[in-house]
Amino acid sequence: MRFGVVRFPGSCDEIDALRAAARVGEAELLWHAERDLRGADAVIIPGGFSYGDYLRPGAIARFAPVMEAVARFAAEGGLVLGICNGFQVLCEAGLLPGALLPNLTLRFVFRQVELRIERFDTPFTCACPRERPLSMPVKHMSGRYYAPERTLDELEAGGQVLLRYAPGHNPNGSLRDIAGVTNSAGNVLGLMPHPEHAVEALTGSTDGLSVFASIAAHLASSASATTRAGSKSAPAIAA
Amino acid sequence: MTPAPPPRARPASPPRARHRELGLSDAEYERILASLGRAPNEVELAMLSLMWSEHCAYKHSRRLLRRLPTSSPHVLVGPGENAGAVDLGGELAAVFKVESHNHPSAVEPFQGAATGVGGILRDVFALGARPVALLDSLRFGEPAAPRARYLLEHAVAGIGHYGNSVGVPTVGGELYFDPSYERNCLINVMCVGLAPRERLIRSAAAGPGNVLLLLGALTGRDGIGGASVLASAELGESEDAKRPSVQIGDPFTEKKLLECCLELLDRRLLVALQDLGAAGLTSAAAEMAGKGGVGLDIDISRVPLREPGMEPFEIMISESQERMLCVVAPELVGEVLGACERWEVLATPIGKVTDLPRLRVLDRGEVLGELSLSLLLDECPLYELEPEPRPVAYPAPPRILRAEEDPARTLLALLESANLASRRRVFEQYDAVVQSRTVRRPEQADAAVLMLAGDLAAEVGAVGERQDPPAGPGSGRGGGPAIALAIDGNGRRVACDPRAGAAEAVWECAANLACVGAEPLGVTNCLNFGNPEKGQIAFQLTEAVEGIAEACRALQVAVVGGNVSLYNEGPEGPILPTPVIGMVGRLPDAARAGRLGFAREGDAIALLGPFTPVRAGSELSRLCGLPPSGELLRPEDSAIRDAHLRVREGVRSGALRSAHDIAEGGIATALAECCIAGGIGARVRLPVELDPFGECLGTAFVVSGPMAALAGMRIIGTVGGERLELEGLLSLTLDELRAAWERGLARYV
Repeated sequence: MRFGVVRFPGSCDEIDALRAAARVGEAELLWHAERDLRGADAVIIPGGFSYGDYLRPGAIARFAPVMEAVARFAAEGGLVLGICNGFQVLCEAGLLPGALLPNLTLRFVFRQVELRIERFDTPFTCACPRERPLSMPVKHMSGRYYAPERTLDELEAGGQVLLRYAPGHNPNGSLRDIAGVTNSAGNVLGLMPHPEHAVEALTGSTDGLSVFASIAAHLASSASATTRAGSKSAPAIAA
Repeated sequence: MTPAPPPRARPASPPRARHRELGLSDAEYERILASLGRAPNEVELAMLSLMWSEHCAYKHSRRLLRRLPTSSPHVLVGPGENAGAVDLGGELAAVFKVESHNHPSAVEPFQGAATGVGGILRDVFALGARPVALLDSLRFGEPAAPRARYLLEHAVAGIGHYGNSVGVPTVGGELYFDPSYERNCLINVMCVGLAPRERLIRSAAAGPGNVLLLLGALTGRDGIGGASVLASAELGESEDAKRPSVQIGDPFTEKKLLECCLELLDRRLLVALQDLGAAGLTSAAAEMAGKGGVGLDIDISRVPLREPGMEPFEIMISESQERMLCVVAPELVGEVLGACERWEVLATPIGKVTDLPRLRVLDRGEVLGELSLSLLLDECPLYELEPEPRPVAYPAPPRILRAEEDPARTLLALLESANLASRRRVFEQYDAVVQSRTVRRPEQADAAVLMLAGDLAAEVGAVGERQDPPAGPGSGRGGGPAIALAIDGNGRRVACDPRAGAAEAVWECAANLACVGAEPLGVTNCLNFGNPEKGQIAFQLTEAVEGIAEACRALQVAVVGGNVSLYNEGPEGPILPTPVIGMVGRLPDAARAGRLGFAREGDAIALLGPFTPVRAGSELSRLCGLPPSGELLRPEDSAIRDAHLRVREGVRSGALRSAHDIAEGGIATALAECCIAGGIGARVRLPVELDPFGECLGTAFVVSGPMAALAGMRIIGTVGGERLELEGLLSLTLDELRAAWERGLARYV
């Protein structure tokens, strides 16, 4: 399977995402000015400060040509993972509900946090460890998840709240400790923590790898389900 | 362009005393007249006044800096380029430099600090290196003072704003408070980059007929005479009037410029590359031409401007940020412009390389100014310092503690001191992990550690369109090699004894590296001092340089570049003499990088290295309200070196499970820090004669490990329990230690 990682001018974590994804599959960069996803099986919108983010995080990136292709891909059920700035871009583009407001402290925050996974029956979490919270860093200026109360209730009811900060770990004042949400179809995930910065024990944690492994495992199992003949089946990836 | 007519009257000859307003002395102006054989016009005078400023010409420090050792087997690029470089082995080079942005930050802390980061980043990628780490060294007035807190808050926000936005991790730094920095805060930023050796590029222009391209931001009036004017005179009461001289940073433009320049270098499209810093186009062009032994013609009508109606001299000296100059062969210009367009980086041919050693400023063929490179670069008079060996009397800091306080309360007061307390509130505002190399974050070890895993191309970000799975760490071959980085300086100790204090800063950096298992490869320094025309300051500066040189020679490590920031003083007196040392080292296996926290119940604790603590200039003396004075005791160089070696080898072999150098606050503080970081207590019996709070920086260590691994060392205690017990002195719980340490800075930030 192949990941496509979008690169906007001002992206900062695109190479980290590329290398993290490459641990479980193939991965290549997608240029913001192109409308072609080059046949990617899953798309990652990485962290950083796309187009400088001087106006409002993600407000300009949503108009990038590549986002037209991402929207079409998502509408067709393709897997899209937005990390940090990617989450902000997906909210601005209307592919995810809610918004990311400036942190309550009005300061940038870098911190290792613990996350609770709410569901394991999703393409993004099926290979994640179940017995303990995940450890990943956050690093952002505007990560406070916000949506109207009714929307939040709907998200909870629809099982769209996929990740929450563990008690005492909410770094930004996100409502209901929400760290990551999906769209209603469940094929688009946005999260503020950085799984791509938790793929190597030497740099602090390997928990984030399970998110990429989940995507790869999900695609492999759906591929083998559709081909049946088994001639093209990708190896299942263990968490 | 047509043959040049002689300079005409269009840029009018300046009035007779104009040079004084621009900071040139009468004698300096006479020298210019004699060399030119005529009066310089307005454009030329503006260019010369900046090139002959302290900031550009180093006229009070250049002779002194020659005393620093600048060569070693590791050095690839020494002083004189935009940054220095050392060999990391495996065809990889580390490029690094520390630079100050003190005066702009004192006027406008957010933009001053932000553009300080931007400037040092450009210095590093001007050599062809991808910036992979930032460290900063900060000094402010007493944190109880509102102005100090204002400067701190905005400077930290500015550093974070810029570094975070360009995707370069801030992995370390230091922060101290003293009344002498109240009106002259110090913002020193160090950047470290990585490059394949073969991609290193110099700034020397070459090849008459080649094209000079200006890359990046538009040129505006911001920063006219900024760095050079601000950095070359004392700050008075009129900071607000100077605010327009501070540059505004645009990290997004810098990020594009960085990626674009690295791509141009990967594709081998450039002859030379140089960043625009102080004195803007004038300095960048003069340096490039001077190093290449060629000349440059610049047509100012081609320079893209941010605002209409800019005077020619303004264009030549504008300090607008995020700009680079490069030299390109004519046949490659199209390709360069294409790459710049893709990155949305403005690129404009503004001139060409000539074979006469002069810098000419033209406006559509009309010559507005013409100066020889030797006049611009070499003829500025260098001044001998006139040291006066008499200590500066610094004001006493506020007294917080009595000298004969109970040891437990003394230790808690030290941990709670804003100078020693946890820096978490500050470093949490910086991204420390972007680029995926950070093996040791702040407060995990004495030095930052960045791994160099993966193949060379991926390492420096020369990323192609496709990425194959990395055969990196975790594939069973350990962590691979890593670099270790540290930055240190202690103005109070230097004020007591400039030579010994400055040497201590070098030793402490090396000690920090030893604690993670790294050996030093190269040094950069930033010399922050008061007005060198005063004898006492000249003495501090001269002695400090001598101390740095002595310690570097003892460590067999070279200074590959740096920066000098003088005139850090106002009516209330000079800053503490503050040489800041940055050091880059290497360790063979990232998986064995040391930590500072005690690790395991039952491990033995040893005091390793020569240790001659005194209270002079110590943090305790500061808390007791004493100004810095007194004698520092310096152990033998060979004994310090041996201790560093033993720690380094012990960490590398895995025999030591923790290592921490004894610094401010003495051995009691060091032990408390090891307990807090490890989340475990210790029982220690200190040698009777040892002052638990006296200081001797960078010479001795607190290490822990299995008893067998510590054979032959001076064992002082055991790891374990929930308390730090110093026999006969104090017993405090981990919670008490942690609370004081976490509260100390958090109350101000």
